[in-house]
Amino acid sequence: MKNDGEPALITLEHGSGGALSSELVEKHIYPRFSNPAYPELTDATRFDISGELCMTTDSYTVDPIRFPGSDIGRLAIFGTCNDLAVAGARPKYLSVGLILEEGFPLADLDAVLDSMRRAAGEAQVSVVTGDTKVVPKGKGGGIYINTAGIGEHVAGSKLAPGAIRPGDSIIVSGPVGAHGIAVMAAREGLSVGSDIQSDCAFLFPACHALMALGAELRFMRDATRGGVAAVVGEAASAAGVGVELTEESFPIDGAVRTVAEILGLYPLEIANEGVFIAVVSEAETERALEILHGTREAAQAALVGTVTSEHPGTVVLETEIGGRRILDLPRGLLLPRIC
Amino acid sequence: MERPEQAFRSRELASRASTEIRRIAGRLSDTVRIMEVCGTHTVAIRRTGVRSLLPESIRLISGPGCPVCVTPSGFISNALHLIEDHAATIATFGDMVKVPDPEGRSLAEYLGTGKVQIVYSPQEVLQLARKIDGPLVFLGIGFETTIPTVASAFLRTREEGLRNLYLAAAFKTVPPALRALVSDPDCAIDAFLLPGHVSVVLGLEPYRFLAEEFHIPGVVGGFEPLDILLAILKIVRQLASGKAEIENAYPRAVRDGGNPVARRAIEELLEPESSLWRGLGRLEGSGLAIRPEMEELDAAKAFNLPELIDYDPPGCLCAKVIQGKALPPQCPLFGRRCTPDSPVGPCMVSSEGTCAAHLKYGDGAA
Repeated sequence: MKNDGEPALITLEHGSGGALSSELVEKHIYPRFSNPAYPELTDATRFDISGELCMTTDSYTVDPIRFPGSDIGRLAIFGTCNDLAVAGARPKYLSVGLILEEGFPLADLDAVLDSMRRAAGEAQVSVVTGDTKVVPKGKGGGIYINTAGIGEHVAGSKLAPGAIRPGDSIIVSGPVGAHGIAVMAAREGLSVGSDIQSDCAFLFPACHALMALGAELRFMRDATRGGVAAVVGEAASAAGVGVELTEESFPIDGAVRTVAEILGLYPLEIANEGVFIAVVSEAETERALEILHGTREAAQAALVGTVTSEHPGTVVLETEIGGRRILDLPRGLLLPRIC
Repeated sequence: MERPEQAFRSRELASRASTEIRRIAGRLSDTVRIMEVCGTHTVAIRRTGVRSLLPESIRLISGPGCPVCVTPSGFISNALHLIEDHAATIATFGDMVKVPDPEGRSLAEYLGTGKVQIVYSPQEVLQLARKIDGPLVFLGIGFETTIPTVASAFLRTREEGLRNLYLAAAFKTVPPALRALVSDPDCAIDAFLLPGHVSVVLGLEPYRFLAEEFHIPGVVGGFEPLDILLAILKIVRQLASGKAEIENAYPRAVRDGGNPVARRAIEELLEPESSLWRGLGRLEGSGLAIRPEMEELDAAKAFNLPELIDYDPPGCLCAKVIQGKALPPQCPLFGRRCTPDSPVGPCMVSSEGTCAAHLKYGDGAA
């Protein structure tokens, strides 16, 4: 017990709705997320917003909760904001649902909440409502976070796989594979990958910059679980087009490449938290790369492939040695609890 | 900075090797059928795109080189029987838990109950045995590549006096399987791409009979794209000149005499016996049984396990696939009822299985 009588660990009573629940909210959560526009977090919050909106939700269960370059709190803010950003929306409002396991240290919760507050500040989003539940010891993984987000649609066109046309270019916004390897190395205590940082980043500025292309920007998607292989594969299927990718053109950090090789993982199938795929028209490809290179989040963006009318629904990869093979959707439980 | 493996992935050298292979293969009158025996080769050939650099007249056939794929399904029944009737805990490499037994059950039923423990190395089995009350049985599958490390771990068990650890041995040795394949009157294999890792232990000697008795060339290859292309180049050169030799195209890892220390570890614990292979049937001297003086480690003896049976689910062509007599797409279940998420046959279970590799990477025709 601390001096003020508050337990140092989360107890079932913190989720009971009683005095300790109020204290948790009043002392730990409100002070971090209240702001002049929304001074009180209530069960439901009113806000003025008009025009076309986007809404999304995502849950975060990453294990361990801290890893080089980021933590579950930052991930829970940026991940949901990024889902809005790639849909062409400026993230505005978030809800935060916490599911805590009995025995989770309060100091760790504070650290996660601090990280969320900082990330929300960087992303200029307001956390406007939330909820906390506590599950008995052994029934949860320390902390799970759900965030839902609302954003204003600011893109000039509807960004969807249906807009993709043969001849379009596939661009990746930055080096792939770092997040998955960083989490894996932290979880397994691998010394070999311990200096690799997660790429966790807020992608709206880069996505927003690219929206200057108007309808020449066809589609964007953040390459999270399943990595580039999953995102490009799903887009190809949804659009009914084929895609040709060049293995060599992907930016991949040398350490990430080495660790992936040792672990038998393939960088194009590894989860990222700060990388997106953009499909743009052939004519505007150079300009798209120029725009992205002028942003912090996508300074290493690269052209990695093209869309074709051949082999619809299939992604074909030109390998390092100049061979060709299918790049299929990743299967099986590659890396559990990666985000 | 150049990555060390880049030397073996040079686009220019790959292109030159491919051109040379095409040139020589063009002079051969018939289609050339090369069997790659090792599951790691099966995957590497497709993942790196080597397959697509070869002319259509060269057909690569995947052989019985995936440990999970050649283990009879009755082995899974026995493992379930150990859990259910002998209160044993099973330790196994991960792929085995998804393999269906003849009744369609698998060890996956017991994941999360503690009765099935997935391990990544034989050393972990020792740590488990120290922690667990009651019998712990390790499912010993695999070829000469993995057997030495398993054998040395179990030899240590004996020294340590662990009384609750047992080995269910379904090990296989590669040369007798090759003999069975080439002795089959229907055999249409022109040459072998011999397994790199297995050969690190065996050396070249055990393959000589292929060349000497059957006039079939064999070349040991490594696993980088240029290693594989070089081995295939050496194979087509032999075929073009009418020669049949056993060559080593992976000298940075494989010595002609193999690794005698690893072989001694095998021999100390195990001795050759006849063994049942999925698809190939019972082959003389192709398995390894625990020596009589070590029998207290033998799960088969300690628990009086029934004789292994083999069984293929209706429609499943795995038995033909691992003999190179059928290609995965010829199986009516392939990619439909049988997928990596819900495998029917073992060739779809293991990531190194022919069917799983075929489905994931295509066959170079993309």
